[in-house]
Amino acid sequence: MLGRFPALAGADLEVESGEVVLLSGPNGAGKTTLLRLCAGLLALRAGEAEVLGVNLAVEPRRVRRAVALVGHETFCYDDLTVAENVRFVARSTGHRAADADDALERVGLQRVANIAHGRLSQGQRRRLSLANALVRNPRLLLLDEPHAGLDEHGRAVLEEIVRSAPAEDRTVMLASHELELARRLATREVRIVAGQVHAVPPPAPAGAAVVAGFEPRA
Amino acid sequence: MSFLRDALLVAGKDLRIERRSRVALQQIIPFGGVVVMLFAFALDSDRTLLHQAAPGLFWAAVLLAVLLAVGRSFAIEEANRARDGLRLSGLDGGSIFLGKAAAVAVELFLLEVIVGAAVVVLYDVSVRGAVVLLCAAVAATVGLAATGTVYGVLAGGLRARETLLPLLVLPAVTPVMLGATRSFQAALDGTPGDAWPWVQLLTAFAVLAVAAGTVAFGPLLEEA
Amino acid sequence: MKRLFLATTVVSLGVTAVFALWVTPPRADQGFDAVRLLYLHAPTAWIAYLAFGVTALASLLWLFPRTRSATWDLLAGASAEVGVVFTGLTLVLGSLWGRPTWGTWWEWDARLTTTAILFFLYLGYLALRRTGTTADERGKRSAIAALIAFADVPVSYLSVTWWQTLHQQGTVFNERLSVKIDGSMAFTLVAAVVSFTLLYGYLVLERFELAQLEEGREARELERAIAERVRAEHVEVAPV
Repeated sequence: MLGRFPALAGADLEVESGEVVLLSGPNGAGKTTLLRLCAGLLALRAGEAEVLGVNLAVEPRRVRRAVALVGHETFCYDDLTVAENVRFVARSTGHRAADADDALERVGLQRVANIAHGRLSQGQRRRLSLANALVRNPRLLLLDEPHAGLDEHGRAVLEEIVRSAPAEDRTVMLASHELELARRLATREVRIVAGQVHAVPPPAPAGAAVVAGFEPRA
Repeated sequence: MSFLRDALLVAGKDLRIERRSRVALQQIIPFGGVVVMLFAFALDSDRTLLHQAAPGLFWAAVLLAVLLAVGRSFAIEEANRARDGLRLSGLDGGSIFLGKAAAVAVELFLLEVIVGAAVVVLYDVSVRGAVVLLCAAVAATVGLAATGTVYGVLAGGLRARETLLPLLVLPAVTPVMLGATRSFQAALDGTPGDAWPWVQLLTAFAVLAVAAGTVAFGPLLEEA
Repeated sequence: MKRLFLATTVVSLGVTAVFALWVTPPRADQGFDAVRLLYLHAPTAWIAYLAFGVTALASLLWLFPRTRSATWDLLAGASAEVGVVFTGLTLVLGSLWGRPTWGTWWEWDARLTTTAILFFLYLGYLALRRTGTTADERGKRSAIAALIAFADVPVSYLSVTWWQTLHQQGTVFNERLSVKIDGSMAFTLVAAVVSFTLLYGYLVLERFELAQLEEGREARELERAIAERVRAEHVEVAPV
């Protein structure tokens, strides 16, 4: 991710269930690393992280089952169609193939469902990432620069997904440079600078969605 | 059993990608054919020599194709960081290994049939001892696919992985090369009895490789 | 301490050389003076096996979570480096000895073939170590590769032996050496094994310390870079 340099050093953050937390901060501050860490993709070098009540160091696979990450890449296969990619995600995470069609409809990709992933535009790829995340019905949704490449309609889709998250029992953490758009969606903003979290965390109640104070392996 | 179902899911995914992209069909199998031709040039198209060396040349061609098949199997996981997608899915590392190795094995079988036919025609080989040939080919292919897949993930994501893979895989599969060549030789010579110790060796190698891969694949897929 | 180690190694190597070159008799049946190569060949082969055994053991200790430490990874790498050099030496010396004795540089003998496979397996292992990822990533990948390589050796040996026995062109390894071994020859061989083991220990120690220094330099650079970054960006926002 960030080469050999620990992207996060002494970051402390608690996110409550149902919150929409905006992570802001300069490039290379560690936002992406924090999101990948919460997704269970990075191992901790020091400290502790608990996601949805599950210790990340002990049961990373359980964390992965319960979260979804929309990253810079789609994690998809170029030679498979849009529908096949989403169905693979659905079936590999223990969901039904029918859920895939619902997710595609929700992000407005049903018309390109039979087009190969390699032929999609940047904005369509971003929507596909959102569909891949929705099909997993995650308790924690991690969005890394979700606005990038999205057109007006795409942004409306994104807003709808984030706004309906609390009703769907979903916590959202999003990293963005589109601060105006992102602030409209967020219930709280946290600034990350040089791998450290700067904000006043609310008192942590029981049942926090994410409890973390960590330093990932670079 | 969900372990096997997940493996089938991954294998199906890889084979579907191959069916779409036709890299195996249009690049790897023709490559095997070219290698078989090259050997004939190297031996000055001496029919008796080619006939004698046919089993070894056939398996050498298969071994080279293994490198391409494994390289391809992991190239599709590098694009768009699909590897991260696999990790995020929460699938067990062992089932991902079995799925990917099975897909490579299926591609290799197809290649062996076609390249084998080319060898029969070009090297003037008459097929005998079909049962021995089949058993040896199955055991050898499973061993090759499993070993290749372990080293594929081991070198995956590293720089210079394309050049590293052959150096890692080829010395490790020398037992398969020997076993497969000798058992084919015995079968074609009409002494299938001599082939069985080799088939046993190939089977033992395949079992070890599959077991090692099932255990090691998960940790190797992770980023430390 | 290390100097004493080095001195002991050099002295024992010297004693071995004197015995191997002047005290032991030449052998008419083994190319006269060519037999002296065996005092090098046998110990280098022993060191190669020892080195790869140490690499496997250190890799196992790295993989076991309770004993995991960067030390084992570096030791595994250092030992494999020395092992590859000694495997290469074994092959070259064996070849030099084989020429006057067997009349050929190379025989597809079981032991020769397996040693050559061993050489390439660990060459691959060393190449894997140099692909420049993080220390943890390198530790994990190379430890698993070392164990696979170590497990592959007995299977290779078995297959190569079968290959020799079933394939009638193989040459029977000349074992006359062990039939009648001179007292001074036996002593020289033991001395050679001891002094080469000392040499192995010394070389691994040197390589290990060098690797540690390299890692230490990287860690220091890392800390400096973090400190700089925190200093540079800290003024922007005051922590709360």
